[in-house]
Amino acid sequence: MEHTEAHSAIVSPQGTWWRPAGRQEKIWVSIAFVWCLILFAMMPFWHFKGGQNPSGIRAKVNPQDFAARVEKFIADYKVGEDNGVAVVAPPPGSHIYMAGQMWRWYPVLKLKEGAQYTLHLSSLDINHGFNLFPVNLNFQIVPGYDYGLKIVPNKSGDFRVVCNEFCGIGHHMMVGKVVVD
Amino acid sequence: MALVTALAARSRRCDVTGLKVDWHAETLIKVNAVVAVVCFLVGLVAAFGLVLTRWQAVHLLPADLFYRFLTLHGLNMLIFFIIFFEMAVLYFAGPVLLSARVPAPKLGWAAFGLMVVGVLMVNTMVLGGKADVLFTSYPPLMAHPLYYLGIILFAVGALVVTCLFFAALVVAKRERTYEGSIPLVSFGALTAAIIAVITLLHGAAIYIPTFLWSLGVMNMDPQIYRMVWWGLGHSSQQINVAAQVSLWYLLAGLTVGGVVLNEKISRMAFVLYILFISMASAHHLLVDPGMGPAWKIWNTSYAMYLAVLASMVHGFTVPAGIEMGQRLRGYTRGAFEWLKKAPWSDPGFSGTALSVVIFGFFGGITGVTIGTEQINIIAHNTLRVPGHFHTTVVGGTALAFMAVTYYVLPLIFRKRVRFWGLAKIQPYLFGLGIVIFAMSLIFQGIFGVPRRHWDISMSNAPFQVEYHPAVQLFQATMGIGGLLAIAGGLAYILIAVATVFFGRPFRLEDSHDRTGVPQGIWNLPPQVHTGAAVAAVHRRGSPGTIVLIGIFFGCFVLYYFANWKILSFLWKVG
Ligand code: HEM
Ligand SMILES: [Cu+2]
Ligand SMILES: [Cu+2]
Repeated sequence: MEHTEAHSAIVSPQGTWWRPAGRQEKIWVSIAFVWCLILFAMMPFWHFKGGQNPSGIRAKVNPQDFAARVEKFIADYKVGEDNGVAVVAPPPGSHIYMAGQMWRWYPVLKLKEGAQYTLHLSSLDINHGFNLFPVNLNFQIVPGYDYGLKIVPNKSGDFRVVCNEFCGIGHHMMVGKVVVD
Repeated sequence: MALVTALAARSRRCDVTGLKVDWHAETLIKVNAVVAVVCFLVGLVAAFGLVLTRWQAVHLLPADLFYRFLTLHGLNMLIFFIIFFEMAVLYFAGPVLLSARVPAPKLGWAAFGLMVVGVLMVNTMVLGGKADVLFTSYPPLMAHPLYYLGIILFAVGALVVTCLFFAALVVAKRERTYEGSIPLVSFGALTAAIIAVITLLHGAAIYIPTFLWSLGVMNMDPQIYRMVWWGLGHSSQQINVAAQVSLWYLLAGLTVGGVVLNEKISRMAFVLYILFISMASAHHLLVDPGMGPAWKIWNTSYAMYLAVLASMVHGFTVPAGIEMGQRLRGYTRGAFEWLKKAPWSDPGFSGTALSVVIFGFFGGITGVTIGTEQINIIAHNTLRVPGHFHTTVVGGTALAFMAVTYYVLPLIFRKRVRFWGLAKIQPYLFGLGIVIFAMSLIFQGIFGVPRRHWDISMSNAPFQVEYHPAVQLFQATMGIGGLLAIAGGLAYILIAVATVFFGRPFRLEDSHDRTGVPQGIWNLPPQVHTGAAVAAVHRRGSPGTIVLIGIFFGCFVLYYFANWKILSFLWKVG
C-alpha cells in the first residue's frame, strides 16, 4: 500500500492508524526479537552448562545462629591469626563460613586450589557486599539469609574480600582475606 | 501586563504551534520546571563533592559528608529533579498538546505544594545528618521517621498530578478539543503516567510499612524490602524512559519535522513498557540470597526481554523518523545528507540526538549486559552500575529534559534564551562529560572498584588492597569527565535561570533578530506531509539509519559475548 500522508508525533492521527509496518521496520523488529530470545536463552543455558551461577543454597537464618555456626567452624579448623583475625584451614569438600559485620569479614579462609567448598555467607547486622578481589565475584549479603555457594578456586594467591554495599561510616575499613595455595 | 491579560483570558493561542494554552497548565509547567532546576542544582553541588572525593588524588570530603552528599545527590537528582520535570511534561502533553484545560487546577496547586513540602522535609533530614542511609535506605539502616514521611508526601503529590493528567485526557475528549486520536507524544506520556501509578503503588507498599517500622510499630525483612523497594526504584526508571522517548518524538517533530514511521509500531512499543515493568525489580537482586534462579531469570529479562525489544524499536523509529522528515525537506542525497545538514547548532536538536545515542548505545548495551543473571556476578555493586545509569538517566533522560527546555523557554515562558552561544554548546559539554565520566566508572568497575565507597585505598583496613594500575588512569578521566558534566549542568542552570528572570520577551514577529530562539521555532518544519513525495520517501526508507543501527547492533553483540567470556575465566561458583 502506498503512503501518501506522513505526520509528526505532535499531530493527532486522523482515521485508522493501525496499518502494516514498512519493510525496514519489520526486518528490524524481527532481528531485535530474535536477539531478545538469544539474550533470554543464554541464562538458562549458562545455568545448566556454565560454571558461574548465583543460584546457591539459600535459606533463612537467624543472625545469632549464623554467628554460632561461624564460631564452631573457627573452633574446628583454626590454624592461626592474621592481624587479629582468626585464620581457618578447612578440609576440601567441607562447608565453610564467612560472616560480615560492621566492619569486618571473618574468619580468614585458607583454601586449596582446585578443591570445592560450600561457602556460606551472611551478615550479623545490616546489608554488606561480598567482593572477592581481584577475581571480581560479587554477592549481596543480607542479614537473616544464608547464601551457600559452591566455589572452586582456580588459581593460588592472596585474595581480599572488599565490602561493596554501604554499611556505615567504617565501610571502607571492611576488608577480609582469602588465601589459596 | 502580560500576566493580567493572561489572567483575564485564562488561555491563549500559541502563535508558533496554534495550540490553545491554558493559563493553569502554563503556570504549573513553569513552577514545576523551576523547582526541578533548583533540585538539579542541589544535586550538582553534591556531585562536585562526590567526584572530587572518589578521585583519590583529591579525596575532598570526609567520610560522613561523602555519604551524606551521596544520599543528597541520589534523592535530588534521581527522584526530585526528574519527577518535578515529569510533572511539567504531563501538564504539557495533556492539557497543552490537546488544547484542553486543567480539570481541577486547585488540586494541581495542592499537589505541587505537597511535593515541595516533601522535598523540604527529606532534604532537611538528610542535611541534618538524620538520614545517612543513601537513597535506597536498605533496612536495618534506619532514618528519622520524617524522612520517610517526606517521601510519602512527595509521592502522594505526584500521584495527584498523574490523576489530573488522566482527567485532562477525559475532559479533552469530552469537550472535543482535538480530532482523531491523541498524538503519539501524548500517548507516550499516557504510558509514562500509567507506569507512574503502578510505581507509586509500589512506593506506598514499601514506604508506609518502612515509616511504621521507623516508628517501631512493625518489623521489616531486609530482603523483602529490597524486592518491593526496587519495584518502586526500577519502575520509576521506566517512567523516565517513557517520558524521555516521548520527548524524543516531540523534539524530532519540532526541530526537523521528524515523522512517525508507523503509529502502530511506536504505540505498541510503548504498551510493552507498561506490561513488563513490574518485573524490573529483579535485576537489582540477581546476586541476592532470597530468590531462586528461575525467578531471577524470568523477571530480569522482563519475560524474555520484551521491554528491551520496545527500546530497540524506539531506537530505530526515532532516528528513522528524523531521517524521513529531513528527506521530505529535501535532504535526499546519499545515505547521510539528512544527518550532515541537521541543525546541529540548535540545542533542542543536538540534545535530542545525543540523548538518543547516549541512552540507546551506551546505556542500552551496558544495561542489558550487566542485567544478565550470571554476568551480574562480575558487576553487582561495582562502579559499573553507576557507570551504566549515568548514561541512561543522565546522558539520556536529563539531557532530553535539557533539550526540551530550549523549546519550553520561548514557547511557554515566552522568553528569548539568554547566553545563546553557551546554550548552543551546552548539550555537547554535558553529553561529552557524562560519557567520559560514565565510561571511566565502567572501566574501574571492570577492575572491581566498588560503588558507594569513600576510600578505595582502604585506609585503616586490616588487609591492604592494591587496584590494577590502570585504575589510576580511569580515576583521572572520571574526574575530568565529571567536572565537564558539572560545568555543562551549571551552564544549563545559568541559562535557564537567567532566561526565566532576565530573558528578553520573545515574539514571533521580531524575526529579524534570531538569537535566543531555536531554528525550529522561527521556521516550524511542516508537521504534516501529503502527496507523491511521501510515497517516494517511504519507498526509499531510511538507509542512513540502517547503517547506524547496524553499528549499534554489532557493538551490542560484541560487548555482550565479551562479558560472558570474562565471566567464564573466573572461579567456579554456583
Ligand atoms: C552532572 C553530573 C553528575 C556527576 C558528575 C555525577 C557523579 C556521581 C558520583 C561521583 C556518584 C557516586 C558514585 C558512587 O560512589 O557510587 C553518583 C551517584 C549517583 N548519581 Fe550522579 N552525577 C551526575 C549527575 C546525576 C544525575 C543528573 C542523576 C539523576 C538524574 C544522577 C544520579 C545518581 C544516582 C542515582 C547515584 C547513586 C547514588 C547511590 O549510590 O546511592 N547523577 N553520581
Ligand atoms: Cu559492609
Ligand atoms: Cu560496607
